[in-house]
Amino acid sequence: MSSAYAHPHPRLSSVTSAASSPTASSSRFSLPSAATLVTASKSGAGQRPNIYDRNLNKTRIAEVSGSAFSFLFSEVVQYTQKRVSGINDLERRLNTLGYRVGIRVLELMIWRAESSSKASKREIRLLPALMSIHTHVWRAVFGRPADALEKSVENADEYMIIDNDPLVERHISVPKDLSQLSCSSFTAGIVEAVLDGLGLPARVTAHSTPTAQLPNRTTILIKLEKSVLEREELLK
Amino acid sequence: MAIFGLWVINKAGGLVYQRNFTDGLAQLTSNEYLVLAGTLHGIHAITSRLSPIPGPSSGAQVIEGETFKMTILLTATGTKFVLLTSLAEPSADVMLQKVYDAYADAVMKNPFHTPEMPIRSDGFEQRITSLIGDGRTTS
Repeated sequence: MSSAYAHPHPRLSSVTSAASSPTASSSRFSLPSAATLVTASKSGAGQRPNIYDRNLNKTRIAEVSGSAFSFLFSEVVQYTQKRVSGINDLERRLNTLGYRVGIRVLELMIWRAESSSKASKREIRLLPALMSIHTHVWRAVFGRPADALEKSVENADEYMIIDNDPLVERHISVPKDLSQLSCSSFTAGIVEAVLDGLGLPARVTAHSTPTAQLPNRTTILIKLEKSVLEREELLK
Repeated sequence: MAIFGLWVINKAGGLVYQRNFTDGLAQLTSNEYLVLAGTLHGIHAITSRLSPIPGPSSGAQVIEGETFKMTILLTATGTKFVLLTSLAEPSADVMLQKVYDAYADAVMKNPFHTPEMPIRSDGFEQRITSLIGDGRTTS
C-alpha cells in the first residue's frame, strides 16, 4: 500500500488543486488531503474496490450497523467534548460536523434522483423542500421518515421537524449537569446544510422535548432567514 | 422466585453499579458492598486458576447459599455481572445476558460514560427497570 501513496490517482488532480482555491478555504468544511484519497492499488486481486470507485447507486439501499454508528458517534461526541469550553460550543461543533455530512447527502440525493427518474426536479419552494427533508433526507440518513413537520404558531419564520426517537441519541444519556445539551445538533447541521444547498439559508438548532412516552423526542428548529420568506412572498 | 440484586464489577474489581430490587436481602452499607465486590473479584481470579483441566477456565459461575445464590457472568473484557437471586430462580443466566446487552447499548455507547467508572446513566437505569422491574419474576 505504501507505494500507492506516492502515486495519487489521476482523477484526483482536480480535487487536490481545488484545495488551494478560495472556495475550499471555508471554515465550514475542508477537503481531505490527497493522501487520504488515494485509490487502492490495482495489484492485489483479492482487494476490495476503493470506495471512490464504487457506483453511488449500489449503496442506495445498503444499511450500516447501528451499533457501529453508535460507537463512532459516541467517540465523535467524546472527542469534541474534550476540545470545547461549554455546551454551546459543543453543539456548534456537532452542528458543523453535521453540516459536512449534509452537503454530501444533498448532492448524493440529487444525483440519485437525476439518474433514477426522467422528470427529476430541484425543490425551490419552501414547503416542498421541508417536506423532502422530513421524508427523503431522513429516509436516506436514518432509514425512516421523521415523525412530524410543524410550523411555529408564534413566529412565521420558524418550522420544526420532530423525531420521536432520533437514531443518533438512541443510546445517549445526557448527564444532569449538561441537561441543555442535545446531541441532535449533528442532525440539525445536516438539515442546515441541505437547506443551504437548496438556497434556503436558515439557522437550525436541536432541542430535547421529551414526553412521558417518548423520552428521546427531539425537535429540530429551523429559523429561516428573512430573504427566504420575502422570496416566498414573491413566488406566490 | 425473585431477583434480589444486580452488581457490575469492573475489570479492576471495583463495584461500578449496584442495585437492589426486592427487600428480601439484608441491606448493606455502600462500603460493605465495595468490599464484597472486591473480595468476589479476588476469589473469582483464584477459582479461574483452579480448573483440573489445563487451559483457560471460566472460574466460579454460581455461588449458592442456603437461601440465595449469586450467578456470575464474566465477559471477554473482564467486566463481571453478578445477579443475586432466590435458589429456584431459573432465569438468572438468561437475565445476565440481557443485562450485558443493556450494558453494551446504554453504557458503552454513551459518550458521557467514562470506562471503569461508576455507571450513572438514565438509559441503563431504564433498561434494567424494564428488564427486572421490582425483581419478582413470574416463571
